[in-house]
Amino acid sequence: MNISEKKQLRKAQKALDKQEAQAASRLNRIKPVTNALFNVLFALLSFVCLFPVFYVVMISISSEESIRLNGYALWPEKFSTTAYQFLWNERATISHALLVSIVVTVIGTVLGVLLTTSMGYVLSRRQYRLRGFFNWVVFIPMIFNGGMVANYVVVANLLHLNDTLWCLILPLAVSSFNIIISKTFFRTTIPDSIVESAKIDGATQFTIFRRVVVPISKPVFATIALFLTFGYWNDWFQSSLYVSKSNLLSLQALLNNMMQNLDYIAKNPSAGLSLQQYRNSMPSESVRMAIAVVIVIPIACAYPFFQKYFISGLTVGAVKG
Amino acid sequence: MNQDKPKTLGQPKRKRKRWSRDDTELTLLGLPTTIWFVVFCYLPMFGLIISFKDFRLAPGKGFLTSLLQSEWCGFKNFQFFLTNNTFGMLLRNTLLYNLVFIVLNLVIPVTLAIIINQLYSKFASKCYQTMMFFPYFMSWVVVSYFVYAFLNPDKGMANNIIQALGGEKVMWYSAPAYWPFILAFMSTWKSMGYNMVVYLAGITGIDSTLYEAALLDGASKWQQAKYITIPSIKPMIIMMFILNIGKIFYSDFGLFYQVTQGVPNSLYNVASTFDTFIFQALRSQVSIGQTAAAGLFQAACCCATVLITNFIVSKIDEDNAII
Repeated sequence: MNISEKKQLRKAQKALDKQEAQAASRLNRIKPVTNALFNVLFALLSFVCLFPVFYVVMISISSEESIRLNGYALWPEKFSTTAYQFLWNERATISHALLVSIVVTVIGTVLGVLLTTSMGYVLSRRQYRLRGFFNWVVFIPMIFNGGMVANYVVVANLLHLNDTLWCLILPLAVSSFNIIISKTFFRTTIPDSIVESAKIDGATQFTIFRRVVVPISKPVFATIALFLTFGYWNDWFQSSLYVSKSNLLSLQALLNNMMQNLDYIAKNPSAGLSLQQYRNSMPSESVRMAIAVVIVIPIACAYPFFQKYFISGLTVGAVKG
Repeated sequence: MNQDKPKTLGQPKRKRKRWSRDDTELTLLGLPTTIWFVVFCYLPMFGLIISFKDFRLAPGKGFLTSLLQSEWCGFKNFQFFLTNNTFGMLLRNTLLYNLVFIVLNLVIPVTLAIIINQLYSKFASKCYQTMMFFPYFMSWVVVSYFVYAFLNPDKGMANNIIQALGGEKVMWYSAPAYWPFILAFMSTWKSMGYNMVVYLAGITGIDSTLYEAALLDGASKWQQAKYITIPSIKPMIIMMFILNIGKIFYSDFGLFYQVTQGVPNSLYNVASTFDTFIFQALRSQVSIGQTAAAGLFQAACCCATVLITNFIVSKIDEDNAII
């Protein structure tokens, strides 16, 4: 029997295996009717999950008049872009808030990833003498914490961080859960032999971390960076606790404040109007929804691409730490 | 937490090594994060002594000196909180809502995950997952705008439909009867897709030969789910359960505060939880010692629940405990 025959035989065997597996899974299938029913169920659920966004977009492009007459309609009588024009007029406020959001998200994510993964790496080294101690340092906050008030006291009264960018960044930078995810990842994917051989070549642990661990651990970096990015981008709570200056409001905080008071955004009257007139002329209903749309759209466009990292992070985290 | 046994791999057991250069370097590498933990996790724990003090800001002195100089007052601060006539209501709301959420966020996602795994088309399944994952990425502020669009008494969709059908307008934001359902619905809505995907990841990892064997024995789909799928993802379910039980004295602040538009007075009895109470107290004239006492009560209860749950689970099944 020559090699090509063997290959063919193996191929045939493989095809047979595959067929068998398929046959088994086909036997184990649900009935076509049930399948159709389940599809309808999931289509319905997906619709429920996405429908509010569509609705809010429609409200944001309704004219003020049709809102007054018909309420929030799914398909407005008259379309209008006044809300977005208004936001464009106020682009100074909006873009400043956007800038705050972006700066906080970027600095926070970079800082958080560094702090989280370095600790994760340290905890993943089996020979490390203080590993038990550091494990407890990371673990205790998972079951006991000082709570909202004590945190507030420390950040605002002890460190005097309120009304600075740092109060938006630092408290959210590290979480024990993320550290455990990265620890589990490093422990399962980085062979001790690599670290050992780098050590023999005279590398310090910093060098090993930077030159060996980081390049081969991209998935876990992506996962943690994404957790942090979404955490920072969606955060409004830190602002509502610590920030009173209007020039430190992030987009989320602006939206949060606008629910109660639309004045936050009406600051730049166009020519010939007093501030009061300008506020009265504002398309108040649709502007609210328009700024919500401004926040939602970037996430809605981005998250399908990042979803898989979220899932991989979660399944890694589910491994017992 | 399980400590790994030292690997000996054929070497004779040696005495513990001396402190090496490696240890120094690793300590330095872990130092920044440790400092973060000390400042943002352990300092607040120390700061909890404020709840045993009659705190007054001494004029002309810093916060720390006034804290150290204020009088100890024992459990007086706790008394205020525990004998407050809203305490029973807060306890009831926090625990009941959490129990309902835990059940809903377990039963529905597991069921959906089992079902979606059965669909013929893998592509359709991926599409559904992506769409259902979406609400998870919204902040509660944005969600509160969504809810507002539906529930606005004059213009919202809910009242439009009710009126079109000849009913009477409901003033949603001052009608407490509906809110337990609205809150439960929103909580499920937001996390359903996420939890489903988590459990699905567990289900797809199950060995398919198990199902084939079951098929040969003539097991129905229902029996397969009951005897193979659910037992296989049981560790995952238990872990999620312990984690959620550990948060049973906390509430999702965003859900209760944002979705109700800041817990208006009319909804105070149905939508207040410990967290909204503490947040509002922090904003008002209530002394900081008393609010801190409420926080400490919450944290201590949670710590106790998670340890007790873990203890019970470890008694029943050693492998499933998380600590």
